[in-house]
Amino acid sequence: MATYTLNINGREYRADVAPDTPLLWVLRDHLGLVGTKYGCGIAACGACTVHLDGAAVRSCVLPVSSVESAKVTTIEGLSEKGDHPVQRAWDEVDVPQCGYCQAGQIMSAAALLRRNPNPNDEEIELAMLGNLCRCGAYHRIRDAVKLAAKKI
Amino acid sequence: MQSSSTTYSRRDFLKNSALIGGGLFLGFDLLGAGKFNAAVANPALEGAFDFNAYLSINSDGTATIFSPNPEVGQGVKTSFPMTVAEELDFDWTKVKVVQAPLDTIKFDRQVAGGSYSTPHSWMRLRQAGATARRMLMEAAANRWGVDTHTLTTDNGVVRHVSGKQATYGELAADAAQLTPPTDVPLKERKDFKIIGTFVRGVDNHEIITGKPLFGMDFYREGMLHAMVQHPPAFGLQLKSFDGAAAKAMPGIVDVVSFKNNVAVVGRSTWEVMKAREVLKAEYEPAAALESSADHDRIFKQLMAKGEAQTRRKDGDTAAAFAAAAKIVEAEYQCPFLSHAPMEPMNFFADVRPDKVELIGPTQVPASTRTQVAKLLDIPEEKVTVEMTRMGGGFGRRLRPDFALEAAEISNIIKAPVKVIWTREDDMTGGIYRPAARYRFRAALDKAGNITGYELRGVGINTGNPVREHNFPAGAVPNVLIESVEHSSPITTGPWRAPITNFLAGAEQTFLDEVAEAAGKDPVTMRLELFRQAKPPLNNEGRPTYDPERFIKTIELAAEKSGWFKKRKKGVSLGFSIYYSHLSYVAQVAEVVKRKGKFTLQKVYCAVDCGIVVNMSGALNQVVGSVVDGLGHAMYGQITFKNGEPEQKNFNTYRLIRIHEIPEVEVHFVDNGIDPTGLGEPALPPLSGAVANAFYKAMGKRFRNQPFVNEADGVMEGVL
Repeated sequence: MATYTLNINGREYRADVAPDTPLLWVLRDHLGLVGTKYGCGIAACGACTVHLDGAAVRSCVLPVSSVESAKVTTIEGLSEKGDHPVQRAWDEVDVPQCGYCQAGQIMSAAALLRRNPNPNDEEIELAMLGNLCRCGAYHRIRDAVKLAAKKI
Repeated sequence: MQSSSTTYSRRDFLKNSALIGGGLFLGFDLLGAGKFNAAVANPALEGAFDFNAYLSINSDGTATIFSPNPEVGQGVKTSFPMTVAEELDFDWTKVKVVQAPLDTIKFDRQVAGGSYSTPHSWMRLRQAGATARRMLMEAAANRWGVDTHTLTTDNGVVRHVSGKQATYGELAADAAQLTPPTDVPLKERKDFKIIGTFVRGVDNHEIITGKPLFGMDFYREGMLHAMVQHPPAFGLQLKSFDGAAAKAMPGIVDVVSFKNNVAVVGRSTWEVMKAREVLKAEYEPAAALESSADHDRIFKQLMAKGEAQTRRKDGDTAAAFAAAAKIVEAEYQCPFLSHAPMEPMNFFADVRPDKVELIGPTQVPASTRTQVAKLLDIPEEKVTVEMTRMGGGFGRRLRPDFALEAAEISNIIKAPVKVIWTREDDMTGGIYRPAARYRFRAALDKAGNITGYELRGVGINTGNPVREHNFPAGAVPNVLIESVEHSSPITTGPWRAPITNFLAGAEQTFLDEVAEAAGKDPVTMRLELFRQAKPPLNNEGRPTYDPERFIKTIELAAEKSGWFKKRKKGVSLGFSIYYSHLSYVAQVAEVVKRKGKFTLQKVYCAVDCGIVVNMSGALNQVVGSVVDGLGHAMYGQITFKNGEPEQKNFNTYRLIRIHEIPEVEVHFVDNGIDPTGLGEPALPPLSGAVANAFYKAMGKRFRNQPFVNEADGVMEGVL
């Protein structure tokens, strides 16, 4: 066990956990930030996507010991009032079916638009193909990314 | 045409003005005086006690609408309250939706399954809204000393011709004192303001901001975490285990065993996961350890000479085939599939001496309660079930095995516990879509008419691999439908559109083979069959399908896809239609050839589900079913080696991804018929349309799923 000080959503959190504990489970079990989801544990579904210094990473395979001083952003901290352009687009397009994968989808989309505010279809697919949606809401995910790009 | 009346009796209503802000509370009263049994026996009241929606009008001008059915992504948590609010004539933006817990006294059929929530609840929900509206109007009429006929309502306000008006909130307390009226007229369809519009999901804000909603997100102070080690292969049983090393790991509270399982219980998910890795368990065979090669052999044997159960026999197929000018025969096979909802199995249980609390994702809360009560040998009344929003189900959560595990572990360790399955636990844990093989045979006369039709289905734990009363029964004079079943240790269960999720596509592909042999256009041939069809009657004496609705849906799909128009070079279309779960769905797949490769470019859908309740939700279900049906037809398979599933996670169990989807265009048949469900019906026909389009494009019939095994790398876009 070791104590880690983490910068998450602009706040400082402390967690007393084993060094190999994935950031996902630190967020969920220890810090009460359950918006980041568990789906596969092997970085194959994208449900656990968070931002590390603005870039999308899979928190299910990221040991807490490797986070160090990087700034972590989770779905809870993407915006203060849930009005990030990607979040607004997700609501307007009415993307969610079951909704379980959507936090990860939104985090991947937000990271994409941060580095490329006007992605074409191929760039959207490339950025989003690591995120599975078992309900098959991919059309609306693509539409929502495009709508969010217009809002930014 | 749409005007209907309420049919329940006055005493069905529970009135309680003290509830929720002094508002009007409508529900139905079964507890009331234990009159349930006597009342049910009265045929005049039939249906009354099924009334299951309720709402409250709050003094602050909002309404709370309780949604009784579990939300699994099918959208009822939005479409049910929409239906109530429509008849209530209420401002949708002022509706609060609350998921009701399991309550078999107040509600019936709190189930997410069979695409049956909407047809079951449609009239009940409307009556709930209409009756409340009427009571609010009566309260206004009393207050103003006027006749209710001089009143109108508009978005939560009662108005009088004189200009007087009052909000529902202002009238709620008075209205709650009134006796609920009967024979309240329902709105005409032309007056709908909410039904049929595009309404966003009521949980959207919580979903996009990451609020706790799902069973996985449920945490309670003092709760322990548990993971269960199941036997690694079907057919194995637990021989012995040594939990000492696991128990010595940090954060571990206990290692316990029940049935064939060993459970590790601890303070956090990761600690439990790590400890389970060092668990030592030995297993021994208790049944056959089957491999996929065994299944292929079993299919072949049982197709050739297994003792079949005759499911349907019309006329004399032997004579029809003996006299046939041409015989078409083909076999089709599908593998086992995992449901793989994105939220893995989980459940919370707190078993205490006085009561048992169950909280989590289930499609069947009532059955979960019954089974847990039986497991713990306690009365059902001691068990409560709260349903969380489900991160998908697809049929997997129709079985409460994981909830039973939570209850069992909580009972053993005497503490509240949340059981979590890993993705590997889920994918190797069974309850799969069963594997099946089918042989279709058709006899054609000289004119190309189908004179005989035979189907033999061989299933592995399917229950019944055929659907004998479906089309083409009734459209062909001589029909023989048989089934053979192999019993296996591999567990199976319903998977989105059980059985028809493969059978429909296989049948529709075979019909294309028949059309080709008959020298007919596949759509024209289907229209001919439906025009002559006399559907069989079900147990209640009603036709099992409606040929007219089939025809209209086919015609709409043909029109929108340009089926009978000249096509561009390199464009091939494939047709399919299926009726399941009370809705009719036709699909046309469009494959294009580019630089020697073939791409599924587009899928046209024509859907007859009657009235569309929520246009957004309906489109989501249809498009989602196309993507789901395509992904599993193309890639999905669970294979076995000595009873052990070979795919354990998404790195080897391939799900469709965003770059692999075709364009999807959806059209609804506008016929004003009461709505039917859409959670499943758009999935079954899809693989048939796709297979038929690829055949047209490249001359290769995809008869066995996953198609990726048959495609030889010539398909693009979907591979």
